[in-house]
Amino acid sequence: MAGGYQAVRKVVREMTPQAVTALIKDSNLKGRGGAGFPTGLKWSFVPMGDDARHPKYLIANADEMEPGTFKDRLLLEGDPHQLIEGMIVAAYAIHADVAYIFLRWAYRLAAERLQRAVAEAYANNYLGPNICGSDYSLEMYLHVSAGRYMCGEETGLLNALEGKRATPRAKPPFPAVSGLWGKPTVVNNVETLCNVPHIVNHGAEWFKSLSHTGEGGTKIYGASGKVKHPGAWELPLGTTVREILEEHAGGVRDGLKFRGLIPGGASTEFLLEQHLDVKMDFESVQKAGSRLGTGTMIVMDDKTCPVGLVLNLERFFAQESCGWCTPCREGLPWTAKVLQAIENGDGQPIDMQRLALHTKLLGPGHTFCALAPGAMEPLQSALNYFKDDFERHIREKRCPLR
Amino acid sequence: MLSEHLTMLTEEIKREIEAEMHHYPRKQGVCIEALKVVQRHRGWVSDESLRELAEFLEMTPDELDSVATFYDKILRRPVGKHVIFVCNSVTCWIMGYDRVRERLTQLLGTTLGETSSDGRFTLLPNVCLGACDHAPVLMIDGDTHLDIEPSKIESVLEQYK
Repeated sequence: MAGGYQAVRKVVREMTPQAVTALIKDSNLKGRGGAGFPTGLKWSFVPMGDDARHPKYLIANADEMEPGTFKDRLLLEGDPHQLIEGMIVAAYAIHADVAYIFLRWAYRLAAERLQRAVAEAYANNYLGPNICGSDYSLEMYLHVSAGRYMCGEETGLLNALEGKRATPRAKPPFPAVSGLWGKPTVVNNVETLCNVPHIVNHGAEWFKSLSHTGEGGTKIYGASGKVKHPGAWELPLGTTVREILEEHAGGVRDGLKFRGLIPGGASTEFLLEQHLDVKMDFESVQKAGSRLGTGTMIVMDDKTCPVGLVLNLERFFAQESCGWCTPCREGLPWTAKVLQAIENGDGQPIDMQRLALHTKLLGPGHTFCALAPGAMEPLQSALNYFKDDFERHIREKRCPLR
Repeated sequence: MLSEHLTMLTEEIKREIEAEMHHYPRKQGVCIEALKVVQRHRGWVSDESLRELAEFLEMTPDELDSVATFYDKILRRPVGKHVIFVCNSVTCWIMGYDRVRERLTQLLGTTLGETSSDGRFTLLPNVCLGACDHAPVLMIDGDTHLDIEPSKIESVLEQYK
């Protein structure tokens, strides 16, 4: 048991909730689910004190449905108590009464282990009434979802947990003020929460010193695709793309050449050879024109068709659109159809403009949530970096790699 | 008031649903879990089950169906004895999903979304299963099968009689 619930004992006995939030703010921990929002700042938005509305909720987002991402599964299966401990500390910091683990349906082993670990935590008075003899009490429940990518979106998740369709909600009000059943709620990613006990035990300065850059801590990076050793590794935040790809994943398989990668799940822009020395932290990847996202890279080799790959991504997003807002519901299937036509050899030169237009029409500010803008990120960078491949498909009326 | 004609919701199913109910401040909150409980016992959620469950949860059938049809892991059509979810997301696609799908449809004599004529398997496409370091991946009845080669599929299916 990593930490052995030392952090829980420490916070409920020695620290005020405000002091815990201040510590996490000082550590510079940013959300590891993809958006990179400062965790302590998120907690600080929750109304505190006697006037605050209860029950308040803390939710661990364990939905992990971003294609190419498998880091949270390793944390959930490997050490469920680490997550539970992080959740108790986070819940204490916002004075939550109830905590939920929102787990994706496919993680059966994680569900079993979490269920058992929650029961053990109750049996040892780390959950339930008067935790470790303090006056703080917390209930924790496991909710196993029934599918759909939209559940990973913060407000979609809230609706799913309430037993509704997982459509997004308008913001503001933000969940910190009005979330689950209209009550103050914080939703944090699994990896984010797993960092919390260690920050409590070792301090903000220690956490910051773990990283290669100004952003604190470590990150679980991953690599999948035709690399020699696909996997996931906990490394200092700011480790370069090259080190992850070449040293840890072993580079692309023999006989293949590296063409590019999407660094943080399906909804991030491509990085190429020229970006290999980019540090994988939030700021550096953004400067390179992409996003750190989940930090689990999907690697594309020279025998994999970029048009086919982007088609696969856009079909995913079109299918997973919740249908709530028109641009996303109508635009994504249209984008996928155009890409399918190009891949089939039925593309026309004007399709390039059509796709470019869609990356604008479905971009930030035009849709209700971030799903469609996220879907456009790999597409717009592919149109830029792999323009020749698209044009060759259209010119030769076939996929050159098939 | 529950009516007399209830047949799909056995006492056991109701007990399992009630055990989850206290996790949510409102009765409706348990409905996704309740649909999963029904499916675990019945294999899928029929119109009859849905109507009875709605009554039990004090929802209208349409309200419950709007939830049931949103979530792809709630099956509103009958399925075979075993359900195969084959991952078609990006990493599995790079690693050979197309060949895996071809071999599956060939062995089962069915297309995606259908049930084999002997009723043994239903083949459904699925988004990322979160095991991309072992792609291609498929899941049968909740068991994840990693590093699937087309040549391995027949022996994997043999495990499910």
